[in-house]
Amino acid sequence: MSSNAQKKLTPAQLEYQAFVKKREPKRPVLKNCLRAFLVGGIICTIGQVFQWFYMTYFDFTETSASNPTVATMIIIAVILTALGVYDHIAQFGGGGSIVPVTGFANTLASAALDHRSEGFVLGVGGNMFKIAGPVITFGVFAAFVIGLIAVVLRGLGGS
Amino acid sequence: MQQFIFSFLIGGAICVIGQLLMDVFKLTPAHMTVTLVVGGAVLGGLGIYEPLIQFAGAGASVPISSFGNALVKGALGEAERTGLVGVLTGIFEVTSAGISAAIIFAFLAALIFKPKG
Repeated sequence: MSSNAQKKLTPAQLEYQAFVKKREPKRPVLKNCLRAFLVGGIICTIGQVFQWFYMTYFDFTETSASNPTVATMIIIAVILTALGVYDHIAQFGGGGSIVPVTGFANTLASAALDHRSEGFVLGVGGNMFKIAGPVITFGVFAAFVIGLIAVVLRGLGGS
Repeated sequence: MQQFIFSFLIGGAICVIGQLLMDVFKLTPAHMTVTLVVGGAVLGGLGIYEPLIQFAGAGASVPISSFGNALVKGALGEAERTGLVGVLTGIFEVTSAGISAAIIFAFLAALIFKPKG
């Protein structure tokens, strides 16, 4: 893509691009990854505490406990977002705060809060899934395709 | 205790994958989460994600990739009971708690709180 665009540029523009590239701050990949690992790991460990709680005090198995665990994490993330705390976590954690399901809840809640001024139906209702929508859309479509393939394969297997 | 360590390590590792997708492959956060969800769905379809959850607990079920896995799991589980239509009717079966909680509480938050800068 970039080599295609480069062909149309004048030499001066090319020179400038090289100049910009040199000056551009390097992304601190290692530091970001360490932070993401730390924050993501801590969020998952908190989730594990809830999972342990649901497994010990209610009758959930290892796999079925993940359902209420995820719901609990989402509720906490929504509250933290509403209080403005999650933004600070996200600033430090980067991917570590986006990848866990709490990041998904954060995008929902922050979109809902941000568009509140446009009214509850069009603002909150209409914009809630603006950022979180792609995840659901692609997740559902991928699940549909994979489900179809699996069913067809199973049918061919004659079971 | 071991469960907590594994969930920290695996959960952290999945987040590092997300961070690398953003930093090295220059994906936006939206593209990155979509990639992870589809990846989780594929792993779920192959039957690899479920053992990972057994092994790492919340370390595998809290990252967004488990959303993809849960969608596939719901679709396949329902398909087993009712046939091909189950793929459609079962998709949200497992993830219902998560999505419902997110919608309900995000809406409640919008009702109660004012946005913070």
